[in-house]
Amino acid sequence: MQFGILVNEGPYTHQASDTAYLFARTAIEKGHTVPRVFFYHDGVNNSTRLATPPQDDRNISARWSKLAAEHGVDLVVCVAAAQRRGINDDVLAPGYRISGLGQLVEMGIQYDRLVTFGD
Amino acid sequence: MSDMDEMDDGSGIVKKFMFLNRKAPHGTVYALEGLEVVLITAAFDQDVSMVFTDDGVFQLMKGIDSKGIEVKDFSKTYRALEGYDIEKLYVDQASLDARGLTEDDLIVDVTVLSVPEMANLMAEQDVVISF
Repeated sequence: MQFGILVNEGPYTHQASDTAYLFARTAIEKGHTVPRVFFYHDGVNNSTRLATPPQDDRNISARWSKLAAEHGVDLVVCVAAAQRRGINDDVLAPGYRISGLGQLVEMGIQYDRLVTFGD
Repeated sequence: MSDMDEMDDGSGIVKKFMFLNRKAPHGTVYALEGLEVVLITAAFDQDVSMVFTDDGVFQLMKGIDSKGIEVKDFSKTYRALEGYDIEKLYVDQASLDARGLTEDDLIVDVTVLSVPEMANLMAEQDVVISF
């Protein structure tokens, strides 16, 4: 099954991005595909390469990047939401790209399921 | 709002998208940014429904004035939805009741549904996005 994932909250404050990541990783392990993850609202803050969490904590941004590199997951950050929050190409971690809301709607149209992770 | 040119993902597929609005119009950005997604989805010629439930019913309340909190008042957008062919607006009866509101307090024409009716409507959808 193809899963599209929508992440609506930023890292660390909310568990949404963690749960979305674990869902995506597990879905892939079980033989499903996750072609794209879309980051909206404060979810765009997951995409920054400038975050430096403590060594003994998970690096939320980096592990999404790793998932993207290993499994070809397209990490899309909403441009309008990103501009409001100071996220641009200069601060993006590897594997993320900035694009429009049409990329979210496409997930709903094309994939078997669209799963929202938010508050 | 955003670029409203007709869009197409090339597949010709039309799915039933429901947008579930659960939050008050101000206090968080969900209602404002959620509307952006609704408008883009309509531009993709999809079958769009909007549901207002819990504090989301306040989004449609008459007489909103956000000047005092210095944020944009976007409540006019709800009245413009018809122009984007977004005509399926549903409101949860229990949420209205719990907040002392009636249909007359709302700025647009809606269909008020009971919880079982809402559940049936949700079951018919292909995609449900909650803000």
